[in-house]
Amino acid sequence: MSPDMIFGLLSKALMQTLQMVLVAGIVGSIIGLPIGVFLATSGKGELFPAPKTNRLLGLVVNAARSTPFIILVVAIVPLTRLLTGTSIGTWAAIVPLTIATIPFFARLVESAIREVDKGLIEAARAMGATPSQIVYKVLLPEARPSILMALTMTIVSLIGYSAMVGAVGGGGLGDLGIRFGYQRFNPEMMVLVVAVLIVLVQVVQSAGDGLARRFDKRNRKN
Amino acid sequence: MTSQHAGRAGATYAAPDGKPGSDPVAVAHSVPMVTFQGAAKRYGPVGEGGFTAVESVDLTVERGAITGIIGRSGAGKSTLIRMVNGLESVTSGKVLVDGVDVGALGEDGLRGLRRQIGMIFQHFNLLSSRTAFDNAALPLEIAGVDKKAIRAKVGPLLDLVGLGDKAGSYPSELSGGQKQRVGIARALATDPKLLLSDEATSALDPETTQSILELLKRINADFGLTVLLITHEMEVVKTIASHVAVIDAGRIVESGRTFDVYTNPQHETTRTLLASALKLPNWLRSAVRPQPSAGDRVLVRLVFFGDTAFQPLTGRLVAELGSDVNILAGAIEEISGEPFGSLVVSYSAEPDVVARANRFYAETGLTTEVLGYVA
Repeated sequence: MSPDMIFGLLSKALMQTLQMVLVAGIVGSIIGLPIGVFLATSGKGELFPAPKTNRLLGLVVNAARSTPFIILVVAIVPLTRLLTGTSIGTWAAIVPLTIATIPFFARLVESAIREVDKGLIEAARAMGATPSQIVYKVLLPEARPSILMALTMTIVSLIGYSAMVGAVGGGGLGDLGIRFGYQRFNPEMMVLVVAVLIVLVQVVQSAGDGLARRFDKRNRKN
Repeated sequence: MTSQHAGRAGATYAAPDGKPGSDPVAVAHSVPMVTFQGAAKRYGPVGEGGFTAVESVDLTVERGAITGIIGRSGAGKSTLIRMVNGLESVTSGKVLVDGVDVGALGEDGLRGLRRQIGMIFQHFNLLSSRTAFDNAALPLEIAGVDKKAIRAKVGPLLDLVGLGDKAGSYPSELSGGQKQRVGIARALATDPKLLLSDEATSALDPETTQSILELLKRINADFGLTVLLITHEMEVVKTIASHVAVIDAGRIVESGRTFDVYTNPQHETTRTLLASALKLPNWLRSAVRPQPSAGDRVLVRLVFFGDTAFQPLTGRLVAELGSDVNILAGAIEEISGEPFGSLVVSYSAEPDVVARANRFYAETGLTTEVLGYVA
């Protein structure tokens, strides 16, 4: 393979990976965030007590998280077809990626919110705050550094998951590595794909850490 | 509780002074700020397996005064203070705040009430993600006050608590005392009529504790703000509270003016809490015997307050007894602004000496307590 060809394949695959990760990451987080907040605040005696719904949602989240991703991809083909009109290609791959992101991120958000000092909730209640004011003015701002870390973790996991969607013709770096590097025995391609993935994960991790640190005022010293 | 000081209660603090923040109309009428009527809190099932945190408490908190509730940890004081703003519901009885039954309020009513009650906490409970200014502004944001009004209110408040230059600092950049000052500014932001203090100085060192207590005292005096505080430290009550209630195992065992409770404790719990303040030195305590043997000396505590605090009674006692008087321990303290002295002396247990001493105490009105006998 000529270097031009390799570069062409790599850049196309990188774009597909970015497309899948970003769209699934953004849509999945937007849906996962409120679910995570609900999971963290709807237990017995909490802000929005709905213990039955909480338990049911927890079960669904656990079920989704324990389904192996590759099975999830195949299992939701009807839904994928409904949403994208097709069951193959990059957009079709985004649907299972998003579905997998939602419970993953929701659980991380739940634990981030649960980490917020209960004393702050009590203080806000003592000020006469409504439950939703407590969420918007206390829980989310206080959990922001942890939620940003959770987002970073989610995106890094998504980069890993996205390697599996070659199975439905989703393309992307993982697919390139498997088809050209592994199946056609092209070690240079394999090494390059892995190198790009490492750089990608590194960039995401650093950006996420930096952002989390910027919003973390818990240990600032003069 | 002795009657000698009755009548002064509350009056010193209750006078409306027209300064900003005070509400002469509210201060003038006579309903107590808080009334507990048989208020009780029970967790779990009735009978076996349940736990009663607060048992049928009757107590009034005078308008404009600083009232302290003192007790050991687990005595129920946290639950008791949280009944006032409805953070804890009562399982029987009533809590009235300014005549309003807290338990009868719905969610909205309760939120409205809470906006009139400030609260400060042992661990400050400041938002780490907000600056001092934004922390103090939080109750106003919650009440829907617009940004301009918030700026006009919070700046002077931070000045009041002595943090005018720390507005932009995050809690992690502040010391414990400064954090509590932010907590106080936050509690005062909505011009509350009542301030609840939940062990506000327990996480602070003694010096910082004093400065925070001074601040609370000043706010109470300047704005006529009623303060209800809970603490396990007698020192706190002694320094700022004009009234005190002692809680033990969910019951109020003693209450009254701080000075009276402090100088004449009736209940065992009160005595224990006071012990550190009125304690005998160890060497003396181990030497005390309940019954005299030949040649022993009687050990007596002389308590000076009110009129007797200012008279040279010790010198006269020595002259009167015609026998040597040995001073073994003593302290002069200030309790809610009044001098209080305690002197432990010993003198001969000979009947005629003791008789002369007792006659002298009766003449002068000195309060005494025989502690025992020493060799």
